[in-house]
Amino acid sequence: MNVVVCVKQIPDPAVPGELTSDNRLKRDGAKAILDESDSYGVEMALQLVDKAGSGEVILVSMAPNGEVSGLRQALAMGAARAILISDDALAGADALTTSKVIAKAVERAGGVDLVLAATESSDGYTGTVPAQVAELLGWPSLTFAKHVEIADGKVTIQRQTENGYDVVAASLPAVVSVTAGVVEPRYPSFKGIMAAKSKPLDQVTAADLGLNSISAGQSIVSVDAAPARQAGEKVEDDGTAFERIVTYLEELKVI
Amino acid sequence: MVSNLSGMTAKSFSPTTDPEIRAELTASVRKWVEREVLPVALALEHADEYPEALVEQMKEMGLFGITVPEEYGGLGLDLLSYIAVIEELAAGWMSLSGVINTHHIAAGLLVTHGTDEQRSSLLPRMVTGEMRGCLSLSEPDAGSDTRNISCRAVRDGDEYVITGTKAWVTNGERAGLVALAARTEEGITCFMVEKDPGVAYGGITVSKNIGKLGYRGLETVEMLYDAHRVPASAVLGGDAGVGKGLAAILSGLEVGRINIAARAVGVARAAFEASIKYAQQRHTFGQPIAAHQAIAHKLADMGTQLQAARLLTEHAARLRAETGRAEVEAGMAKLFASEAALDIATEAMRIHGGVGYTTDLPIERYFRDAPLMIIGEGTNEIQRTVIARGLLKRYAIEE
Ligand SMILES: Cc1cc2nc3c(=O)[nH]c(=O)nc-3n(C[C@H](O)[C@H](O)[C@H](O)COP(=O)(O)OP(=O)(O)OC[C@H]3O[C@@H](n4cnc5c(N)ncnc54)[C@H](O)[C@@H]3O)c2cc1C
Repeated sequence: MNVVVCVKQIPDPAVPGELTSDNRLKRDGAKAILDESDSYGVEMALQLVDKAGSGEVILVSMAPNGEVSGLRQALAMGAARAILISDDALAGADALTTSKVIAKAVERAGGVDLVLAATESSDGYTGTVPAQVAELLGWPSLTFAKHVEIADGKVTIQRQTENGYDVVAASLPAVVSVTAGVVEPRYPSFKGIMAAKSKPLDQVTAADLGLNSISAGQSIVSVDAAPARQAGEKVEDDGTAFERIVTYLEELKVI
Repeated sequence: MVSNLSGMTAKSFSPTTDPEIRAELTASVRKWVEREVLPVALALEHADEYPEALVEQMKEMGLFGITVPEEYGGLGLDLLSYIAVIEELAAGWMSLSGVINTHHIAAGLLVTHGTDEQRSSLLPRMVTGEMRGCLSLSEPDAGSDTRNISCRAVRDGDEYVITGTKAWVTNGERAGLVALAARTEEGITCFMVEKDPGVAYGGITVSKNIGKLGYRGLETVEMLYDAHRVPASAVLGGDAGVGKGLAAILSGLEVGRINIAARAVGVARAAFEASIKYAQQRHTFGQPIAAHQAIAHKLADMGTQLQAARLLTEHAARLRAETGRAEVEAGMAKLFASEAALDIATEAMRIHGGVGYTTDLPIERYFRDAPLMIIGEGTNEIQRTVIARGLLKRYAIEE
């Protein structure tokens, strides 16, 4: 079984971010890292392929400047190879453009049974790419999986809901988005880290994928700082503070 | 365009690891320490409990084969990579660096002095951590005075019969292989003694688990050898190694000293980083304590000592890797870094005030762990003797 994992290489959240003159996040500074939400997909894919007994885990990533640091982390975990789409024409791409590129890359990977993605990236948060990729490929889309099982050409997931989970199944090939915590991502072994450097990396442009007249599809007009957190309410305890706390919790409908 | 990310240099006996790979390995250990070690270190250390789960993860990462050549299944990494890993482990919990230190000394002895047969039979088991190594040189009456060891090995046909008491054997109980110094007719010989982990095996008994100020969680034991028999093939280097054990072990201890220096850098870094953070958070008299010159100057001295310690350690590692020997420089690194760690841990205690003295923070642990490095692997008094002897030889005047 061959599984593609969509992985995003994002600026290290530990380093303060900066905006470019056209309001985009500067991505040419420090090394990018593997989006933590994607490490779950990578681990899931490794486990599924391991269980299937054959096939490989293939990474697909779109990133500027031929960025590979995050891919290396995922290759070190055990993925077999990677397709990297790096193209100035894709700078600032919106979710749909990104999905078109990823869908083409999945086709390029060849013989893919399953595409895994995180429910959303940690730097973009649109959360629409997995479903769009599925639509573009004409494959079923299963989302918010907290458990994934493959059997008899079918994928069955437990789809996280507010009060529990639904069991959803589809035929393969399919696109599944997995929630954080679905599995415990492994620490790459030293051997894995050393091997990652020599694993095959297929670096392509949008044109290589047959996407000739593609553009970002969006422009960012302005960026506002998120509103600062409001100061909380202070209650001096004169012996009846508990009443205020009870009322507060009732307002929140937690009790 | 299909390319390949490789830039690895070919592995030789004394390899050089691609600096980018080294940085990635170091970063992965750091992440592991932050996530898996720091949350549990305090509790395990106070309970003096062996970090079983952490050691299993260390095996999976490959930490038991770091410096062993690839032909034996190891990673063939250079000494600089090794000390970077040691620093990360020690910055989290110093005891973890002890779990692999004497293991690597034993493996290193096999790599440099073992016969082909010893190497191919033992090293592949060691690199996975399935067989753990330890070093047993010291005795109750022979610590600094290594020539005074009294443990004896007497030849009997195809075997040697070993009798004696060994002290301070770190990892001794869990080890499956002891690099043991014993006296034979020809002088001190190093035996690679295979055993099962546990308190008793053949004529070997773990007679005492030594209680310690710090460096807790892993065992340092006393071991009795009561007419324990080993095949003659257990002599490190075969027949040619008989009587040459001390020189081999002392050369191996050079790497041990560089390891101790790297550990000291790790503990010092942890103490320094905790201090410089706390000094900005803690306010007295209306300002952060870092704004009081008395505290700021401490931070300046600590940072300077830490930097010097790390550079001396890296220099010694580089020299040893390039030339095969670094007696003086390894001694200098061990001496300076361990004294720096002790100073920095003490200053960290002062900067933290009362909370530094509590068992809620790791400051008291740094303070208890740091003194090991001034004693272990040759006391600092002995280091000074070794350094002075080496320098006098190097700067000898003609008469
Ligand atoms: C926690 C721990 C773990 C250890 N693990 C191991 C291990 O795994 N394997 C192993 O083989 N050993 C191990 N050791 C032993 C360690 O190497 C010795 O403790 C150390 O070499 C000092 O020897 P000693 O304790 O006998 O002190 P001594 O040699 O008795 O020294 C006592 C004091 O006298 C000083 N002194 C001695 N001789 C001289 C001299 N000629 N000139 C000036 N000063 C001198 C010393 O510096 C020291 O201050 C361990 C020790 C500790 C504490």
